[in-house]
Amino acid sequence: MIIDLFTYLFRFILIVLFQLLVINNIELSTYINPYIYIVFILTLPVDMKPWLVVLISFFTGMVMDTFSSTPGLHMASCVFMGYVRIFYLRFATSKEDFSGSIKPTVSRKGVVWFLVYATMLTFLHHLVLFYLEIYGFNEFFRTLTRIIFSTVFSVLLITVGQLLFYRVAKVNRNE
Amino acid sequence: MRNLIFFLYKYYTFLLFFSLELFSFVILYQYNNYQRASFLNYTGAVASGFYQTVNNTTNYFSLRNINDSLMAENARLRAQMLNAYYQSGFTQTSINDTVYKQQYDYIPANVVNNSITKRNNYITIDKGSLAGIKSDMGVIGSNGVVGIVTSVSDHYATIRSALNSNTKISCMLKKNNAFGSLEWNGDDPKFSSLKYVNKHVPLTLNDEVVTSNYSTLFPEGISVGKVYSHSLDAGDNFHLIKVELFTDFATLKSVYVIRNILKDEQKQLEGALKSDN
Repeated sequence: MIIDLFTYLFRFILIVLFQLLVINNIELSTYINPYIYIVFILTLPVDMKPWLVVLISFFTGMVMDTFSSTPGLHMASCVFMGYVRIFYLRFATSKEDFSGSIKPTVSRKGVVWFLVYATMLTFLHHLVLFYLEIYGFNEFFRTLTRIIFSTVFSVLLITVGQLLFYRVAKVNRNE
Repeated sequence: MRNLIFFLYKYYTFLLFFSLELFSFVILYQYNNYQRASFLNYTGAVASGFYQTVNNTTNYFSLRNINDSLMAENARLRAQMLNAYYQSGFTQTSINDTVYKQQYDYIPANVVNNSITKRNNYITIDKGSLAGIKSDMGVIGSNGVVGIVTSVSDHYATIRSALNSNTKISCMLKKNNAFGSLEWNGDDPKFSSLKYVNKHVPLTLNDEVVTSNYSTLFPEGISVGKVYSHSLDAGDNFHLIKVELFTDFATLKSVYVIRNILKDEQKQLEGALKSDN
């Protein structure tokens, strides 16, 4: 349990650092702003208590807000995504998945399943985030374009990252 | 009572979700509407310290460019010094100047963190309240306007950059003093748009846009950019002007925070006017 806690903390710090130091500095266009830190919330175990997921989402958002001078923005979108995730998993996973502590990752559920899962939730997260950032619907379609492009890039980066870690895990198992 | 407890037990996840979401929206609402930015005052110090460490490491890679831009600025300032002018016969005498009173003070600072591709971009600098910086002060770079200070901690300050949907800077055309408001539409960090310039104002390409004297944040005449393109839709009262910004936000490293010594006096006077009406 304690080891689990440290693993998660380590993962969290690594992902947040990657977002802040690498992803945030890739300034491709004003239409492409990927946020990959949500992979931490996406890959929490399926059987984790719902209230804990919502709480973890809240703190993840709070950390991101602290480092990007945007009070409430990431918090609101992360909490929303964390809450929707509970229902998505309830419909998209079988009962057996709930018996063990399975993580919804590429290695466990397959690339297609993960792509659909990540795209849905990332889109919802970005939807809330980008419209709250502009704080209104006065640039509706421009913001929507921004959301779609950013979602594509976020999901791409998240999935590639997953594939990389999947390989590493398999090699270790063989040894 | 039992029903209430049962209800709370059954829907505790939803209630937790709802209260946390509500909390986030309240902070967001306060920040957007009242510019209180209190959240940032608490968290800013932690984040800025982190970015300072990162910046200390990465700054070495851009030292050459920083030096070049500072040398260019030095050369320009030297050209404005008295000994760069030819004296045309009069001997200069020192007098206690009561006509010109200093109104603006410049505090130099370095950029610690910066973004340009988000819809709302912020800049963090390495000087704070100990250096005399307060919120709502104007910030300029060596080429032109950069943004407005939003929140300040002891050693750091956060700036709402001109590339932000909430930043509106009062500007005018240098040649005929026609007023407008500089607002960023979120497309390209090299360009911004000048709004509310009346349609009868004559415009040509490359007209210089400078800050106006209406603003208490910036001295009059600080350069902002130049007119890149302009158009006028039929039935519209205002020009659509695309302004090419002089400040290159992507490579911004050193900035000056402007302290308006007479600002409080002006604000107080205007406040008194408002309460009269």
